[in-house]
Formats: sequence, structure tokens, C-alpha cells
Amino acid sequence: MTSTRLPSFSRMLRLSRPNREDAIAFAILSGLAVLVFRTAEGVVAPLSSLDLEPVTLDPAHLPYYALRTVLRMFAALFASTVFTLVVATLAARSRHAGRLIVPALDILQSVPILGFLTFTVTFFMNLFPGSVLGVELASVFAIFTSQAWNMAFSFYQSLRSVPDDLEEVCYGFGLSPLRRFLRLDLPYATPALVWNAMMSMSGGWFFVVASEAITVGNTTATLPGIGSYLALAIQQQDFRAVGWAVGAMAVVILAYDQLFFRPIVAWADRFRFEQTAGADAPRSWFHGLLRRTRLLPVVLAPLGALGRLLLTLEPRPRRSGAARVRQPGHWAERAWQLGVWLGVAVALGWTGHYLLSWLTMADLTQALGDALITMLRVIVLIALASLVWVPLGVMIGLRPRLAERVQPVAQFLAAFPANVLFPFAVIAIVRFDLAPDVWLSPLMILGTQWYILFNVIAGASAIPNDLREAAGMFGVKGWQWWRQVALPGVFPYYVTGALTASGGSWNASIVAEVVTWGDHHLRAHGLGAYIADATTAGNYRQVALGIAVMSLFVLGFNRLVWRPLYAFGERRLRLS
Amino acid sequence: MATIVPAQPLIEVKGLNHFYGPPPGGHLVLENVDLTLYQNEVVGLLGRSGSGKSTLLRSIAGLIQPRQGTVTRIASPDCPDPSVAMVFQTFALFPWLTVLQNVELGLEAQKVPAPERRTRALAAIDLIGLDGFENAYPKELSGGMRQRVGLARALVVNPALLLMDEPFSALDVLTAETLRTDLLDLWSEGRMPIQSILIVTHNIEEAVQMCDRILVFSSNPGRVVAEIKVDIPRPRDRLDPPFRALVDDIYARMTARPSDAAPLREGVFPGTGIAMVLPHVSTNTLAGLIEEVDGTPFNGQASMAELADSLNFEIDDLFPMAETLQLLRFAELRGAQLLLTPAARRYAQADVDHRKAMFGEALLAHVPLAGHIRRILDERASHKAPARRFRDELEDHMSPDFASETLKTVTNWGRYAEVFTYHEDDDQFSLEDPQ
Repeated sequence: MTSTRLPSFSRMLRLSRPNREDAIAFAILSGLAVLVFRTAEGVVAPLSSLDLEPVTLDPAHLPYYALRTVLRMFAALFASTVFTLVVATLAARSRHAGRLIVPALDILQSVPILGFLTFTVTFFMNLFPGSVLGVELASVFAIFTSQAWNMAFSFYQSLRSVPDDLEEVCYGFGLSPLRRFLRLDLPYATPALVWNAMMSMSGGWFFVVASEAITVGNTTATLPGIGSYLALAIQQQDFRAVGWAVGAMAVVILAYDQLFFRPIVAWADRFRFEQTAGADAPRSWFHGLLRRTRLLPVVLAPLGALGRLLLTLEPRPRRSGAARVRQPGHWAERAWQLGVWLGVAVALGWTGHYLLSWLTMADLTQALGDALITMLRVIVLIALASLVWVPLGVMIGLRPRLAERVQPVAQFLAAFPANVLFPFAVIAIVRFDLAPDVWLSPLMILGTQWYILFNVIAGASAIPNDLREAAGMFGVKGWQWWRQVALPGVFPYYVTGALTASGGSWNASIVAEVVTWGDHHLRAHGLGAYIADATTAGNYRQVALGIAVMSLFVLGFNRLVWRPLYAFGERRLRLS
Repeated sequence: MATIVPAQPLIEVKGLNHFYGPPPGGHLVLENVDLTLYQNEVVGLLGRSGSGKSTLLRSIAGLIQPRQGTVTRIASPDCPDPSVAMVFQTFALFPWLTVLQNVELGLEAQKVPAPERRTRALAAIDLIGLDGFENAYPKELSGGMRQRVGLARALVVNPALLLMDEPFSALDVLTAETLRTDLLDLWSEGRMPIQSILIVTHNIEEAVQMCDRILVFSSNPGRVVAEIKVDIPRPRDRLDPPFRALVDDIYARMTARPSDAAPLREGVFPGTGIAMVLPHVSTNTLAGLIEEVDGTPFNGQASMAELADSLNFEIDDLFPMAETLQLLRFAELRGAQLLLTPAARRYAQADVDHRKAMFGEALLAHVPLAGHIRRILDERASHKAPARRFRDELEDHMSPDFASETLKTVTNWGRYAEVFTYHEDDDQFSLEDPQ
């Protein structure tokens, strides 16, 4: 056993002769560690401490607030990862579980998370009465719900596409399920999971900002964090403080991207499933630094140790060559199906009863009418954003040097929580006395339009050079060029971007249709406003109805518009 | 060699039937296969794609549970636990593991202690000629080196039977030859810890070069149609007359129709009438093949083995082409000889328009599905018919995959011959051409 451990141990020993990079990396890492411990102390404090140390607008406190926010983010990311590994693996390995979990994940992806806050905050506060932990958990859970579903979905899809021949090797050598998971499934799915976690994390910022200061009925919970700092700034109409919050947000996003995700993406590149050496591997200065300092094995050691620990629990080796297909018992199958149908019946009856007991026609028509208004907004906004960003994205994407520079910026803007910028819009609307029904709308797409941009850029960069040369040689230009070269080329990418943008816009409507600046309250008509008002009033039933209607609309939109478009693009326009 | 000793059986396969698709029913891929593997022999499974030979290999490996029939491993005094290990066509290496880690994988699963694992893996790597590459990742290696890793990984667990699934077909000709020779050297010197080798291939020369016994499979469904003992002494020389004769003989057996009495007009493909499964063969390659056989040195008659050599075709490429020519009455297969008919020789000399006309005539006369589609289009006032309708008709007789491939093929042939056309947008066949 020692022979396998020795290399990493000797690497640790060599650290006693430190070099400059060692010092830099050590400083950064220990700084991070101290900050994390210091922050963690605040998390378990009693709830009354929130009142003793109220959030203040002093910029000196902002780093601490930012750290609390980041810690929430990472707690949620950790929870999402654990959830993903367990649930997605279960869905991929068990046919029965898969049939329930996969559609559930698909639906949960479309449910407006912001609407959830009402329920989760109440739930978690009752779970830990009198402790900050409850409110913290509610906030973490809000972020979790924005990450977990699509991470699990991506992991599930990776597991389903594990190459047959590698699977056969595992069966042929009789690898235990656990060993197979660690040796094949997990490495294979890692690159997609890391990429997805990065994108989900970007989405999470939006919700952490919205979930730190929340009022449900007459309960107000304010956690120290950038979000609550911002909320206070808005309440006190402190323009400078809003600026500080925006700046802090930008710094935090840049830092976690450079110090956390870039290194992980660079590291995960080794798991990319390709048999030839890649042309350009993702690079990260921090990853390079860790590698040069030989700190990487130390950082990764806990993971390896965890894997080894799990493997000691492994059952005895199976005789190799045993048949891999097991026929399920006939009666077990019957019982399972019966159970599922019973569950469905009970759930339907229960929901129906609950709905019928209070749902009035007036409520329903209002929710549906508001949904139509919001839908109109989403359609118009996506159309407008497409008109702007598709041509721009194509032009940028066709210039590789420019695209290289713009792409990270677009991704950064997509990660930036747009709700931080809402106050500026409100000030403008109040100043010029504009109609909220029209001018609040752009806020919905403020943060999500970038998905269209960076997907179109990626699509345009992927148009093969020979196609462009052929088009140029035959003098194809103007509208014909757009119609026959550029638009078909970027279409599949555009659909991906527009799908994300549209889903995000629905979600954002909950915070974008009702906004405040001090005592100015602006309200647009729409389903988002309906849910937001119901939340403030503590009317759980209306919140539930609003969420249900919005979920239906988002799902319907995806199924009836985006999926067919996506299928069309895949079938007819895929350039490969 | 060891032929005097009564052969000790190693694996016995009895009455194997296997279907694709959910039971009951499904598409029959293996029909009633019996096979006994003995110690100290190299056995080849030779057949075209779709002959179920890989399915048989996987049944023996325990990766697939056949619908009917048994696979028994027979223990004997010198081989108490006959285990198997497999080498894959695609190498099936883990890209995130080094060569050494890949080779250790099977031992790790068996919980062999680390020091022993290391020793055995290094020994296998040494045996197979991979020294110096222990720490390389698969993507840093050439195809040949990768397959050596696959081989070392299989050998290190000391299997009684080594299963090889087209192990050299993803490699270029020279690399494949080197690997084959190295493997045969190790085998004849008895340096590998294995009792027998079972190799799946669709390369006839490879089978003759490597095997003591060759089982020839027919396609759709897979059945053993011939068992051939190869008695040519090793090392075998491809240019040796007995070697060539055996290769020709196998070509002849593989082109033989199920029963020689079957009249030519029923064609060679499974199914009859419009339900005939058509292979995906492009009209360009058909024209090319006709020209090749029509020209020097063949002058209208060529042996399949020579054609395969001169065009560098595998049997999976060549057989469907030759059989399509036969279906269209442009050629006749006699033994292992491909003979062009007078029509084909005229085709070779004709210009584009005449070629299309000749092809169209042959298509409508001899491919029932093409005639059927044309007839329907002629009968309808609009001269249009949805493709869905023909797809449904085909799916009554064959699996959706075969139906889709058959329809695609007939569409291509029909378009080339200008006897009908197809629009993807509305999924319709029609007579008219675009204006």
C-alpha cells in the first residue's frame, strides 16, 4: 500500500524548501481559510444577534458581508454537488427511479425559484427557531434550488452517455458498482459537471441577492450579506452605497472565477473524453501556480482519501464474467407500478381537494391574465434582445481575436446579478416619470440577454472557415449572406441561448415587476408582480397559484416553442 | 504441435439464440449457434457486420445474456477456473488513467495487493513491448500502442481465454500487421498466460493468417455456415499458394447463396419483394466498381480477393456492392468470381445520361420497392406520396433501423436514376423535378 501513497507524501515533504510561488499560494489559501472560519462563527449565532449587529452601510463592513454571501454560495454548491451525485446516479442506475426523477428534474428546472422563498423561509425558520441557522439555510436552499436541478440533469445525461466499451471493460473485470463509479462514471461526467456548476453558480448570484433580505408577511429576516446591504441601500436611497455593492459584487465574481472555477476547469480537462491530445486546453494561472508549488496533490489529497475510504467499504469482489443483465421479478414490477399509480392518485386527489377548497374563478382568471401579460413581455424582450445581440454576436464571433476578448466579458455579465442594477433603472423611471408597465420590462432581460450574446458568439466562431470562404468567393453578401450563411450557422446555438434567457426572464419577473427605491414603489402588471405582492402579503395560496401558473407557462413555452426549434436546428442546421 | 493429445474443451456454447429488442419478439441476430472451444487453439469468427459475431463474443464474455441457450465454462485439472478477458476494437482505454493504471484495473477489481499488482502489471507491460510508456496517458499514444495497452490489460488477469473483437480493424495496415505478428510470436512461443484465443474479424486474410479454425457466419440472422480447419504450418505466408487458395475458398463460401438452387431473381438480401433489406451503397461506388472490373487487368471478371486487395476494401465494403450489382443484373457472383453482365459492360462505356437510363431501367425492373414507389406515384393524380406510408409498409417486415436505411438507399438510387425524387421538408416522394 505504501508504494502508492509515497509519491504524494514525498511531494508534501518537499514543501519544507519553499519557493516564491509557495509563499503566494500559501498566503492566498490561508487567508481564505481564516476568513472562512471567522465567517462560520457568525452563522451559528443566535437570531437576536442579527438585531444587535444590524447591517450597516459602512463600506468597511462590505468585505465581511461579501464573504458571508460567498460562503452561502459555496455551501449551496456543495449541497447541490452531493445532491447531484446521489440523485442523478440513482436515476441513471435504477430504471424505476429514473422514470420518476428525470421528469421531476425537468419540471423543477422550470419552476420559478424566487416564488419558493416564501415557503422555504418559513419552513427553515420554524425548523431552527431562534437561530440564524434557519434563515441561513433558507437562503442557501434558495441558491441550491437554482443549481441542483440542472447540475443533476447534466450529470444524469453524462452517465447515460458513458461509452459502451468502457462499461463493458468494467463488467468484464467485475468492478464493484462503487469502484466503477469512481473509476468510470465520475471522471467521465466531471468536465460537464464542472462546466454546469460554473453556469449554475452564475445563476445563483441572482438568488442570493434576492434571498438575503426577505419579508414574508410580518416576518423580516435580514442576513449579513451583499444582498441585504443592497436592500438597505435601496431603502435609505443611498446611491453611493449601491455603487459600493455593485463594485463588491464585481470583485467577488472575478475572484471566485479566477481562484476557484478556472483552476477546476483546467484541472477537469484531464477527464475530457477524447483519444487525441486536445488543441487548446483551458488554462488558469492559479492552477498553474498550484501545480508549480506542488500544492495540488495536497489540495486534492482529501478527495483521494475519501475515495479510498469509500473503497474500504466495498463488498467482496464479484466473480468476473457474471451476466450483467438481471431480469426484474414479475411481481416486484407489478407492485412497483401499483405503488406509483397509487402515489399519483393520492397526490392528484390531495392537490385537487386543496385547490378546490379555496380556488375562486376570480383568482384563476387574474393569475392567467397576468401570466399572459408577462408572456407578452418575455416574447417582445427576447425578440428585441435577439435583434440586437444576434447581429452583434455574429460580427464578434467571426473575428476570433475580438471574440476571445468579448466572450469572458459576456460570461461575466451573465453571472452578474442584474437585480443589483435595478435601483438605477428605478431612479431613471421615477426621474422621467415613465410608465412602469413598459419601462420596468427591460429589467427582466437585463441579466439574461447575455446568454443570447455568448451563445451566438460561440456559434459564429464555429462556422467553418471554408464555408465563409466559399460565400466570399461567390460574392454572397447582404441579406443573402445572413439568410444562408450566418443565421443557419448560429441557429442551434442561438436557440440554446434564447431558451436560457427566456426561462431566466420569467423567473426575473418576480423581482423586476415590482421594484422600490426608498418610498417610491413601482409596479407593473404581470404574473411576477402577482407573486411578489402575494409574498409580501403572506398570502401563501396566491403564491402557490402564481408559481403553478408560471411553471405551466415556462414548461409549455419550452415544450411548444424551444424544443421543436432546437430539434429542427439539430436535424437540419448542425454543422458537423 | 499438440494435436496428438485429445483436445480438452474450454468453453461450450449450446443452442444460442439472441434477439435485439424487448422480449418477446425482436430482431433475430443469432440463430441456433453451437460452438466448442478447446485448449491450445486460435479460433476465428468470420462474418459481415450484422452476422452477430460480436454478440456471440459478448455472450461468451458474459456481457450479454442470450435469450436462449447456454454458455458453459469447463473446468479441467490444468485450468480449474476458466476465466475470460477481452480486447476491444476501440481499445476501450480510460483516458484519465495512465498506461500502468489502465493495466492494473482488472487486478484492482480483484483486490490484488498493491505490490503484487505493480509487479504483474509491469511484467505484462514488458511482455507486450510497452516498457517506457508506463506513465503515459492513452491520448499520448499511437493507435498501435493503445491496442498494446488493451492487450496487456487483458493478459495481466491471466485469462484462460482471450477474446478479441476486431482488435486490428481500427489500425492502419502496417501497424495492424506488426501487432498481428507480435501476437502470433508470443502465442507460438507460449509466452502468454492463456489457453486459447477467440478472435472476431471481417478480414479473411487475417483469419487465415491467425487461426487454427475459422467459423464462417452468415448475416441476418447470424448462423454458422461453415467451419474451416486451417492446416497451413506457421509462420504463414500470404503469398503461399495454399494460403491464397484457402482465401479464395472462403470468399466463395461467403458469396454462396443459402441454397444454390435458389433462383437468381430473388436476390441475395434478406426479405423478398418490397420487404427486401437494401444495403447503403452509393451509386458512385457502384459505377466505380463496374469501371474497375470492366477495365484492365480484370476485363469483366475479377476474383473477390483480388478486388479487395487492389481496392483496399474490407469484406463489409465489397460484399454489399457486389451483391447490389448482382441484384440489378449488372454482375453475377460465381464462386469467388465477380462477372460483369453485358449490360454492365455497356454501362461502363456509356455517357452520363445513358448510364442513368440504364440504371433506372434495372432499378424499376429488379428492385421491387423502387417499382412499388414509382407505381404509386404514377397512379396518383398529384404524383406525390408521403414517405411515411412506405416507411410503415417496410416496418411491417423489418426493424425501424433497417426500414430507414432501406428507404434511404432506394431514395438515393431513385434520385440518381431520376425515376422519382424526395423532399425532406415535407417528407414526400414525387415525380417532378425542381423547376
